Amino acid sequence: MADTSGIKKIATRESYGNALAQYGAEYPNLVVLDADLAAATKTGIFKKAFPDRHIDCGIAECNMVGIAAGLATTGKIPFVSSFAMFAAGRAFEQVRNSVGYPHLNVKIGATHAGITVGEDGASHQCNEDLALMRTIPGMVVMNPADDIEAKAAVKAALDYDGPVYIRFGRAAVPVINDNADYKFEMGKGVLLREGTDVTIVATGICVSASLEAAEMLEADGISAEVINIHTIKPLDEDLIVASAKKTGKVVTAEEHSVIGGLGSAVCDALCAKAPTPVCKIGMYDVFGESGPATALVEKYGLDAKGIYEKTKAFVK
Amino acid sequence: MNKLELAKMANEVRKGIVTAVHSAKAGHPGGSLSAADIFTYLYFEEMNIDPKNPKNPDRDRFVLSKGHTAPGLYSALAHRGYFPVEDLKTLRKLGSHLQGHPCMQHLPGIDMSSGSLGQGLSAAVGMALSAKLDGKDYRVYSLCGDGEIQEGQIWEAAMFAGHRKLDNLVVIVDNNGLQIDGKIDDVCSPYPIDKKFEAFNFHVINTDAHDFDALEKAFQEARETKGMPTAIIAHSVKGKGVSFMESQASWHGTAPNDEQYAVAMADLEKIGESLGGAN
Repeated sequence: MADTSGIKKIATRESYGNALAQYGAEYPNLVVLDADLAAATKTGIFKKAFPDRHIDCGIAECNMVGIAAGLATTGKIPFVSSFAMFAAGRAFEQVRNSVGYPHLNVKIGATHAGITVGEDGASHQCNEDLALMRTIPGMVVMNPADDIEAKAAVKAALDYDGPVYIRFGRAAVPVINDNADYKFEMGKGVLLREGTDVTIVATGICVSASLEAAEMLEADGISAEVINIHTIKPLDEDLIVASAKKTGKVVTAEEHSVIGGLGSAVCDALCAKAPTPVCKIGMYDVFGESGPATALVEKYGLDAKGIYEKTKAFVK
Repeated sequence: MNKLELAKMANEVRKGIVTAVHSAKAGHPGGSLSAADIFTYLYFEEMNIDPKNPKNPDRDRFVLSKGHTAPGLYSALAHRGYFPVEDLKTLRKLGSHLQGHPCMQHLPGIDMSSGSLGQGLSAAVGMALSAKLDGKDYRVYSLCGDGEIQEGQIWEAAMFAGHRKLDNLVVIVDNNGLQIDGKIDDVCSPYPIDKKFEAFNFHVINTDAHDFDALEKAFQEARETKGMPTAIIAHSVKGKGVSFMESQASWHGTAPNDEQYAVAMADLEKIGESLGGAN
């Protein structure tokens, strides 16, 4: 396995809070809503800098989404913050009808997504949010891979007029985009590594794991291309289709159900434009469980080893 | 407008409701008619609005939380000059800007899309909060159904509004006593409605929904109330003005056929005559 011990690790929820605070002065209409989780979602960082623009709605996520919709009609740019389970899950219909249908300028910053929530267990491990949010017409869905990308996603959302869902994680993840020529463009995938035998399309925490997996595959003589999809909707279909045509085999990797998330979005694009065999890596229609995040990603095969093994078996 | 003019206008708004729903062969006449005087009072007397400048950032806002009574809101908007009254006949038809439930992207004058019960009040609270954040003095009104307040989100919104002391917010509950499945107190009683809002730190006013003197007094009292939002519990008659629809749950979401439409319009004509003819 590649040695990542020297790489800086930051949880993207931390990046979210920092980005909100960073852009607070530049965007006076930015307001942040939370539902009694400011310490966990890290919007507390914004609250410290801009106490009057941080609105704690109490434990009432559906109402929070509605309040954000009302604020948006008056020109505010509200960021609604909670765990993915409650922002996308509990408040789904409010997001659909009060935000999506009127296409209001509401941003949903959903933290603690996926199984890396860890010890809290399956009730709080949302593996369905990408699927739910993708189905809402006009909704932009982003899932940044690291600190740099998470902050860039917040900035992109601020500059976009319309509803946006951004998924952040609880656990610290390696910073992989810390280079001078890094550029973030909403809706554009990033070709991180070129290869010829298989394309691994990854999102969120699975991006750095896929890069590691590609190195392990290389040692076995398998050349893997790695694409980072930080924007699941709108999907960079051109990049994925071109790569699929080149390699002829596609693996998708996500900390999410294989039903409805990145894997499904990639299959939707490929079946229309370049039918290609696809191996979906994700949660296979199961709930998670309590345990340390690292142990969970290992058990459910979402770490580098899991992606390496599944990809190797698929390519052979 | 004086009270007689308001009564005449409300009667015209009712004709528009019945005409729209008859033309659509679907829709919700009962709760539109019970709220017709409230719509009329808001749009012709109470609210600071201008049909020629429907997006004025300093305007008062209205959110129809009980969005299924869109025919009532549409009729009031049309009579107020937001769009031609003739358009009411396009209600619910393919391509019409008069969607089955209010859609802010389709129609000027709609401050918030609504229709999924329980959601509108939260948006109204967000608008009222925004005014407070910016030090603006516009007011926000939201009309809820007495069946709608069975939705938990209403009480989430009420808790927040009371907590934040949003005295620029007025919640009106159209208390006509009926919902689709029957009497609200048979289905799942929300009573006592006034005491519930009081417990959520609202100033509460009980009023007659069909008496413009009473409505004026209630909205005036709301305006004078500082440090807390106001809930006006408006005691109304479902289907008000159309003889065979009054107090009948079955007319919640049913359109009149041609024969029934003729009777309904004759009823309203008679009321108009008793008020001394149209405006």
